[in-house]
Amino acid sequence: MKQRILLGTVAALTMSAGTVLAGTLDDVMAKGHLQCGTNTGLVGFAAPDENGVWEGFDVAYCRALAAAIFGDPMAVKFTPLTGKTRFTALASGEIDVLSRNTTWTFSRDVDLKQTFVGINYYDGQGFMAKKSLGVSSAHELGGASVCIQTGTTTELNLADFFRSNGMEYDPIPIETNAEAREQFFADACDVYTTDRSGLAATRASHEDPDSLVVLPEIVSKEPLGPLVRHGDDQWADIARWVLNALVSAEELGITAANAMEMAEGTNNPEINRLLGSEGNFGEMIGLPGDWAVHAIMARGNYEEIFEAYIGVNTPIGLVRGVNALWTDGGLIYSPPFR
Amino acid sequence: MSETSFVRKEILTSQAPPLSEIGIVGWMRENLFSNWFNTLLTILSTVSVYLVLAESIPWIFQSSWTATSLNECRENIAREYGEGVHGACWAVIRERYLQMLFGFYPSELYWRPILAFVLMLAALSPILFPSLPRTLLLFSAIYPFAGYWLLWGGSIWGPTSIVAGVAVGFFGMQFVRYRVAMIGVLALSIYFFFRLSGYLQIALPLGIEPIESAKMGGFLLSVTIGTTGIVLSLPIGIILALGRTSNLLIVKAICVGFIEFIRGVPLITLLFVASTLLNLFMPPGTNFDLILRVVIMVTMFASAYMAEVIRGGLAALPRGQYEAADALGLDYWKSIRLIIMPQALKISIPGIVSTFIGLFKDTTLVSIIGLLDPLGLTTSIRADSDWNGIVWELYGFVAMVFFIFCFAMSRYSMYLERKLETGNH
Repeated sequence: MKQRILLGTVAALTMSAGTVLAGTLDDVMAKGHLQCGTNTGLVGFAAPDENGVWEGFDVAYCRALAAAIFGDPMAVKFTPLTGKTRFTALASGEIDVLSRNTTWTFSRDVDLKQTFVGINYYDGQGFMAKKSLGVSSAHELGGASVCIQTGTTTELNLADFFRSNGMEYDPIPIETNAEAREQFFADACDVYTTDRSGLAATRASHEDPDSLVVLPEIVSKEPLGPLVRHGDDQWADIARWVLNALVSAEELGITAANAMEMAEGTNNPEINRLLGSEGNFGEMIGLPGDWAVHAIMARGNYEEIFEAYIGVNTPIGLVRGVNALWTDGGLIYSPPFR
Repeated sequence: MSETSFVRKEILTSQAPPLSEIGIVGWMRENLFSNWFNTLLTILSTVSVYLVLAESIPWIFQSSWTATSLNECRENIAREYGEGVHGACWAVIRERYLQMLFGFYPSELYWRPILAFVLMLAALSPILFPSLPRTLLLFSAIYPFAGYWLLWGGSIWGPTSIVAGVAVGFFGMQFVRYRVAMIGVLALSIYFFFRLSGYLQIALPLGIEPIESAKMGGFLLSVTIGTTGIVLSLPIGIILALGRTSNLLIVKAICVGFIEFIRGVPLITLLFVASTLLNLFMPPGTNFDLILRVVIMVTMFASAYMAEVIRGGLAALPRGQYEAADALGLDYWKSIRLIIMPQALKISIPGIVSTFIGLFKDTTLVSIIGLLDPLGLTTSIRADSDWNGIVWELYGFVAMVFFIFCFAMSRYSMYLERKLETGNH
């Protein structure tokens, strides 16, 4: 086999390099599974359990996408990716979709030629301090020592924030999140800064979470969402509308438990269009008519996914906040199924 | 005649040495407290050893093995050993040790990597211990194919037909005279059998469940990458070292260029090339196994270092050895094989084994490109919200297993040096 792969590579290399991408959906159907890029491990968002089955907030999206295509939430294989390898893995076709808490930015969208299909979590950089430090606002942090992961946008945001507020700080550069956590708990720095979801997870892992306080200021916008390659609009549509289906399902009250029942027809035309008992949305997008039913039944609607992996009843305990539905004053919003 | 003698005639019976010179006291006086500086060092070391042990021993033993999450660990420890006691949460190792060892390899197939590992030890033993019968080397030659087949599974005909192709090719080589023709026969035979394997699989489907590379992780991954790199880098390194000391200009230039290029680039860079850059060169959809790419890069990297270690051995040989070989009328390959290499390799043993150990530990760098080696898995396990916040236990476990492997290699090299000691320095 090894030799065959080698020969195949040599043969493939000699072929013209400018092969045009075939339809990603066709490729995925031919493979029989979805290849989803995700995190090597981020609390609540992606982690393998003791049997090696990946679960998490980002993972659940890929399960829904796989279910929409194949009717089976397990028809997806995960490629763990680091922050450095994620975009090339997507660009080279190693993965079909990247769902790895990736911030939607101008340069990633335009320059790296990715298509962000939506936002599934609005994050932002925050600060965490020990309660004993006695601060209640990030504006009181002048002169503090700050544990900070190097080489991330977090580092730049931090510098911007302190400069614009005319404060001094003492950065303590740290390589990984785990190391930062150890340093912060060991009092090597006064404040730890990273995305607020990460802060919540770190706080939850402390022996006495009440001795730590997450400061109210948010110093950056980190809209996280799944993304696909430029150049295949049909595939981007599928990825986008599966995400929208999960959000709409929450809005319309469709859950994993009642999706099958509602798919038989209700007196709400939008539910009927979404679940396929009216109209032919499945055909339009190139999927089976009950694509959304399977997507919702994979891990539930947006709310169910949120509550199962990162919500208040999990160890991370994130409140919905800006990630509530627009009807509840949040930012999560899906265009209509019409 | 006087009875007085001026020279003592009888020998005094020897007395026991003073108490301060024997036993534990004498040993301590000599080794620990021989002067004020050593005494100071002894006291300082004792204090620091005590401080480390006083912290770590209770932590290691006042632990919880049964919990299912970090918080439960803390509760268990607080209940059993009292509030405020910091203990290790070994429960994470209990729950995840199989994952740390095998990655995501299907649990009902764990016998395959275990068998591959045991067979690997068996295949290595005739190479490592010359006292074993030489016929066992035949098994060592077949093992790479058997091991590959056990780990990745799939049709049995692929590996067997390559072995058959090599065997038939060697047999056929007896009938041709020129070296080029020999290589041609070998290549033709391998190719023929390789093509044959596809038809054999159709005619008689025989095989075990194929396992994709993405399922490999943990120490299985480290040992696979490490041993492949180690086994391949030694012969390649020897050839590179010979090429570098060769008089043939082009051979020398190629070898020097390769060695200096690889040594001038950090391993991380090569791994990034393997994981990202190669993908961009290849047409979309080509699936060139990531582990295979990494193995190739690691092997190239280790070979370059190995070449320099062996070149050191070659340079340390007295000129007379080369001249003696020439004077005996041996051709180049015979003199290298019979006279130069045995001595050069013996000199290089410590360097070679250091390179091996370094290579084995370097395999942890693959976690940076997203492969879940033991260190990569610690991140994944911590990402489980049950175990978020566990650091020392996981790293301790990884360190312990690595220590066992590396210490064994180091002891073996010392055994080998003693065995090959002939005293002619």
